[in-house]
Amino acid sequence: MQVKTKQFNEAASIALQDEKIQSNLLGLYGGFHQARLDASAATPNWSELQERGRAIKAHTIANLDIYLRMAEENVRKAGGKVFFAKDSEEATRYVTELAQAKGVKTVVKSKSMVSEEMGLNERLEEAGVESVETDLGEYIIQLAGEAPFHIIAPAIHKSREDVSELFEDRLNSPRYTGINDLAQEARRQLREKFIAADMGITGANFIVAETGTLVLVTNEGNGRMCTSMPRIHVAITGMEKVVPSIEDMGIMLRLLIRSATGQRISSYVTAVTGPRLREDEDGPEEFHLVIVDNGRSRLLADPELREALYCLRCGACLNACPVYRKVGGHSYGWVYPGPIGAIVSPMLTNLSDAKDLPYASSLCGACKEACPVKINLPRMLLYLRRQLAEGDNYPQHRTSTIRERLAMKAWRVAASSPFTMSVASNLAKFAQPLLPKVAQDSASSSPIAAWTRHRALPKIPAHPFRKRRKS
Amino acid sequence: MMAPVSAPVRASLFVTCIIDQLYPEAGESVVSVLRRLGVELDFNPAQTCCGQPAFNAGFWGDAKPLARQTIDLLQSDKYVVVPSGSCASMMRVFYAELFHDEPQMQNRAASLASRTFEFSEYIVDVLGITDFSAYTDADSTISTRKVTYHEGCHLRRELGALTQPRTLLNSLPGIELVEMEQSEVCCGFGGTFSVKYPDISGAMLNDKLTFAADTGADTLIACDSSCLMHIGGGIQKRGIDIKPLHLASLIDEQLAGTVGDAS
Repeated sequence: MQVKTKQFNEAASIALQDEKIQSNLLGLYGGFHQARLDASAATPNWSELQERGRAIKAHTIANLDIYLRMAEENVRKAGGKVFFAKDSEEATRYVTELAQAKGVKTVVKSKSMVSEEMGLNERLEEAGVESVETDLGEYIIQLAGEAPFHIIAPAIHKSREDVSELFEDRLNSPRYTGINDLAQEARRQLREKFIAADMGITGANFIVAETGTLVLVTNEGNGRMCTSMPRIHVAITGMEKVVPSIEDMGIMLRLLIRSATGQRISSYVTAVTGPRLREDEDGPEEFHLVIVDNGRSRLLADPELREALYCLRCGACLNACPVYRKVGGHSYGWVYPGPIGAIVSPMLTNLSDAKDLPYASSLCGACKEACPVKINLPRMLLYLRRQLAEGDNYPQHRTSTIRERLAMKAWRVAASSPFTMSVASNLAKFAQPLLPKVAQDSASSSPIAAWTRHRALPKIPAHPFRKRRKS
Repeated sequence: MMAPVSAPVRASLFVTCIIDQLYPEAGESVVSVLRRLGVELDFNPAQTCCGQPAFNAGFWGDAKPLARQTIDLLQSDKYVVVPSGSCASMMRVFYAELFHDEPQMQNRAASLASRTFEFSEYIVDVLGITDFSAYTDADSTISTRKVTYHEGCHLRRELGALTQPRTLLNSLPGIELVEMEQSEVCCGFGGTFSVKYPDISGAMLNDKLTFAADTGADTLIACDSSCLMHIGGGIQKRGIDIKPLHLASLIDEQLAGTVGDAS
């Protein structure tokens, strides 16, 4: 996908002024966010489950090479093929070449965030292969030509009216008003694609190393159709999605689903091990597993960021984040939005270009509180800020300006002693009467003008606490 | 005034730069409330800022001297009382991270962490006071107020102090606590966040103000003057009829009561 992380500010402004987006985002707190809270509260040993999940991820990521080899070996034993792609380009080439070599005309796709990294749909279309998203939300945004707005609810920014208009425009369907009618229309359209498709492409929620099993979580059954109907099944996954055992997978599954939608279990949980066997009545003839790095090694290599690979992509941190709930998913400018996106997107693309993302947080910690595997997201945001400000581990990404550095030094001097603090305070007191003028004069460009658009400045008192205490 | 604590207890006040420079009356309330509860607060006038603004902005090199200075200053105090969940978090949680590669400083940070308490935590967890009935002025009339409470992010999520402020609010005479919707959601301040992203922060603030106003409370209580500055600035801008007030000031006012007529 095209990287637009540089445009965070502009995109966020647009989202803030879009009443429709704002109104659709309002539902997240009472919707997914509350559903997760209810589901976790109803799970007696939730906190223990979280600890176990975290321990499983920590162990797996620390031994990732071993478990990836184990997964590879077991997928092969089951008759599947495994391809390790170092970046999205390699992964894309593998899939498009496979499609061309096998004479594939139509691909049906189940939701896969990694395929968004690859911009796979466009690349397949360029290669003359029709690629159709079959998750309803993904189908909607594919028709609209947009990127996912949310990790698990890609079209959450669209109202039913938007979808109705879109279907009328793109599918020549009647102007439906009911959600059920819209879903039925999509179902009719997609059914034909499922029947026609030569290749099914899915993501993976988990790869179980000990059995070589791919596990998919969906609520629409489209994942099961993609893995069973077409003659070729290609699963594309990030290398962090491997878990050691079926038992581990069970724990992660409980955490993932409750945290994502608040369900105890999704409508469908699909487990696939290899292609069809001779005695099987159906299933694909070929199974390919594409395991993608695409920058994940950079997260793995940095002990301060490794935790980002524990992420289950449940979206709980997005729903909990008051910034995401204002700026929405497109502002973040790449595949992964919200708090986890502000860490992963810069590291998988380019930190310098994405320098606004780690700062797009009030560090309130709601993400950490929501994360099913207790990823310390604020700590990693702070770490990235440190790299951007001081660049100790990534000097090439030190993007702070001399002005910012000097301002920080000036602040440090002012705060260093009671005397300098009182000098600074007196200067501010002297300047304060002039501020309303400055704010008005410079319209919206000065920081003070921007700040005072939403709040009045505090009035500096005649005497600070220390002086009043003495007198 | 009744003071059931027999021996005078001493603790040290880290007043925070924002209270010192902008809200001295909140600092005076802290001193007054704790005196009423039998605690004499020492105040070392050499204190300035805990260093959090630089820490949050990623300029750890600039945060370190201030953190070091604060650790030095408070090294021999038995208890450090901080009337801010955020600054207390800096001292109790983030100093250890700031000095992650300096073992000796980490030890000193750990020592300070074990002695540092946010104001409401100090009253409930250290003093063990959850009932104010013994501490009110006998001959005063207590005014009744309807208050709502905004949870500071760091107080809740770094210090884990979800109950202490509410315990105190519920035990205060004359107070009706009306919870606002989304009381645990950030007000949008986040220090430099509100400067770097004034409109995103403003949109968050706007929700906070709406939920606060919806309660019909006359006072909005928080344990952080930074949140109160932000929310208060929004209240003023939007002209909402609700008063932002530090928990310490509310306790001070309610325990002292009004001699004579109550409103």
